[in-house]
Parts: sequence; structure tokens; C-alpha cells
Amino acid sequence: MLAAASLTESFEKLGEQLTAEYPGLEVVLSFGPSSGLVEQVLAGAPADVLATADTRTMDNAVAGGAVEGEWEVFARNTLTLAVPAGNPGEVTGLADLAKPELRVAICEPEVPCGAASERLLTAAGVTAAPDTLTTDVKEATSLVSLGEADAALIYRTDAAAEGDAVETIEVPEAEEVVNDYPVAILVHAPNPDGARVVVDAITGESGQAILADAGFLEP
Amino acid sequence: MRVSWSPDRQVNRRLAGRADARVPIGLVIPSVVGLGLLLLPLAGLVARVPWSRLGQILSSPAVLSALRLSLMTAAITTAVCVICGVPLAWLLARTELPGRSLLRGLVTVPLVLPPVIGGVALLVTFGRRGLLGEWLYDTFGISLPFTTTAVVMAQSFVAMPFLVVAVEGALRTADRRFEDVAATLGASGWTTFRRVTLPAVAPGVLAGAVLSWARALGEFGATITFAGTFPGTTRTMPPAAYAAINSGDVQTAIVLSLLMILISVTVLVALRDRWVRTG
Repeated sequence: MLAAASLTESFEKLGEQLTAEYPGLEVVLSFGPSSGLVEQVLAGAPADVLATADTRTMDNAVAGGAVEGEWEVFARNTLTLAVPAGNPGEVTGLADLAKPELRVAICEPEVPCGAASERLLTAAGVTAAPDTLTTDVKEATSLVSLGEADAALIYRTDAAAEGDAVETIEVPEAEEVVNDYPVAILVHAPNPDGARVVVDAITGESGQAILADAGFLEP
Repeated sequence: MRVSWSPDRQVNRRLAGRADARVPIGLVIPSVVGLGLLLLPLAGLVARVPWSRLGQILSSPAVLSALRLSLMTAAITTAVCVICGVPLAWLLARTELPGRSLLRGLVTVPLVLPPVIGGVALLVTFGRRGLLGEWLYDTFGISLPFTTTAVVMAQSFVAMPFLVVAVEGALRTADRRFEDVAATLGASGWTTFRRVTLPAVAPGVLAGAVLSWARALGEFGATITFAGTFPGTTRTMPPAAYAAINSGDVQTAIVLSLLMILISVTVLVALRDRWVRTG
């Protein structure tokens, strides 16, 4: 199963639950940037399930013939402005991302968190001056929790998963930029029955409870 | 008891002739598989090059800035490797330093270390919250991650051992009597090193420099971990190719790969004569 990096904690938990529940089922998870995962699927990665962090990347999988146009949104997520514990860069809002003296990490524009960051910055009228464009949201999250970046735009759920190492700053515009997370069974799934079980779990009660715990919004 | 047997010339020649005629199938199959594994990906890459869009992609700012940055940082890294690595190799080969063999082992650790681990090590040492980096930042306001300097540091970390190993090997096989003569004729240690030792091991230094340059040009893991990736300052060609493939822009990734292969092959072929002679 290939899943967006921001689903790491939730899907690992769900995977453990599923293997406990279905002894014959083996859930193998691989996380990465959604756009990269779609590339892997189109190149023939032997995966059963694909879960991405926005519908645009899933659309690309559909266009490439890897998904038969049937996907289901199972969660939604919004961005937040994350800073290291203690806020050493004294960041107060999105406008600070334009300051060249601050070390700013933003996701690569092609990956879902980067695309959402672009929309958010446009909505707020801010031209950010990033110092690095990270491959996925987890890389940006690590840079903030290590204190190497003064600020980063990451998902609320990723900031929450870091606990005390990361503080977040309220961004009013973030409510308007919402990512829908779709999941689909792949056309060439080696184990479509197992895939069905996993997708039902994600969209069902147990999965939704885990996702809500992590801070995802309901679909 | 040891028995030595040396066939006469005629037998020898006959044996050679037979070896030519009958190549064991057990050797042929694995070598063909090996060759396929080494060469097919390169052929596949060339086959997928978007020739009609090649000029357009090559002249795109993303590719041009990555190319410029890669060539510049790899050149600086090679200079750093030669300036620091040759004296280091000399210390390891010519002095009776205590713990020298341990030191030699440690110097070659980056050769076997996954580069991304090297990047993590650099980040927790020279990062702004790192062991030395924190002091650098608090005292001088210097912050290394996300800078071109960090790219050169990451490249040097993985590339310098290649130069040290090559030069140390050359120093060990070089005839030390010339150095002894120079010393008895009154030359200082520095003069001996500069006028006698260095010219004697010059081919080894060149070989080591080429290896470090090639390694620096291809550096990815340590760079992306320690220096991050931003167009123009830290995004060299390998991270640019990685970013391209992750964004679904396979064509740009292929063009960048083709470019790297061309540059590497050109330099290796240009230096081949020297290379083979020193080999």
C-alpha cells in the first residue's frame, strides 16, 4: 500500500490493527510524496492501494490508467505554520515567511503540501522566500523539529504528531485551503480482496477514529 | 613439498589458443547478465530521451541552474579534496603518527557509509542546533544548512576519502630513496615534499582528483539531507532529477540524467590516457 507521507502515523496504527484483526493479512506500507507515489504506480509498482494527499495527484493516476476512476475521499487536512519549540525566529504569521533572514522550509510545489502552500500563500498575498523546497511534508516537519528551519508550512496533523518539539501559529486563511485525501484500489492490484479490506477499514469506523485522533477532518 | 611446473612455450601457446576457442558457458552467462544490468538502464534512458523537446528542457532555468551549480560545487569540492586530502594522505603514509592505522580506517568510513547518514551526521554537527554549528551561529552568526557552502561540505565529506586512498597508495609505492637523497642534500621537509614527493605521485593525485570530482558531481544523499534543495543555491543535478521525478516530470529527470552521463563520460574519456598509464 502506497500512502502520502502525512498519513504515516495514522496508517501505521491502522496497519497494526488490521494485522491483529485479520491474521492472514499482511499490510506493507510505503510512504512518500503523493506525486512520487503516482509515478511509482505508473511505472508498475506492485501495489494494491494508493492513498494520496490531494485529488490532483489521484487524477494523474486515473489519467495514467492505474485507477479505474473510482476513488473515495476518506479524510481532509489543512496546513499550519509550524515553528520549533520556543519560536526562535519570532514568527508571528504568514507574512514572516517573506523575510529573507528567516530559514523557511516549504514543500516542493508539485507535491500536495507544496501545492496547498502555494494556494495558501496566494490567498494571504504573501510571497514567501523559502530556503529549501522539501520532497515531502515529513522532511519539512523534521527540519522544524530539529530547529534547522525557523518556520515551515506543514499539515496540522504532522505538527500534532511532533508533540512538544513543534509549535504552531494560527493562520486564519488556512481554513480555506483544504486538501481532500482520496484512496483507490489499483487496476493491477496483486491482491484486490486484501485491498478491499484495507480500503473498507480506512473509510470505516476504525480508520476514521484513528484519522480523527491524528487531527484529520472528516471527509 | 612444492612442485613447480612450467610448460614449454609451445604448450603455452596451444593452451592460449584453446582458451580463445572455448569460452566456458559458466563464465559467459553471468557476464552477459552483469553487462545487461550495467548497460541496459543507460540504453533505456537514452531510448526515452525526449529529443524533440531536448533543447527546450536543456535551456530551462531549472536545468541550467542545476548544471551550473553542479559544475561549480564539484570543482570547488575537488580543490578542497586536493588541498586537504594530499597532506592527509602524506601524514598517513609517511609519518609514524600514533593510532595511524585507526585514523586510516576512520578516514575511509565515508566510503562505505550511506551518504544520507553522512548528511544526518553533518546536520547534527554543523546544523544551527548542532554540536559545532550552534557555536558557529551564536558566535559568528554563521548558519551552514541550506547554503552552497553546505553543498561543498557534503560533497567533500563523501569525496575526499577517494582522493586520500588514491594518493596514499601512490605514496606507498613511490620510491622513497629520492626523498632520502633530497634530505641528505639539505632540502627541507617542505621542499622535499613539493619538489620530489609531489611530482612523483602526481598521477595518483590526478586519479584521486578525478574520482573525487566524479563522486562530488553525483552526490545526492548527504547534500539533500544537510544542504536541502533550492534552485540556484543548493539544488545540484541529482536532487534536481529527484525533484523532477517526484513531481511527475519524467522528461526533465531523463534530460538531467543524460547530461550527467555525458559530462562524466567526457571527462573520463578525456583523462583516459593518463588514467590507464597510472592504473
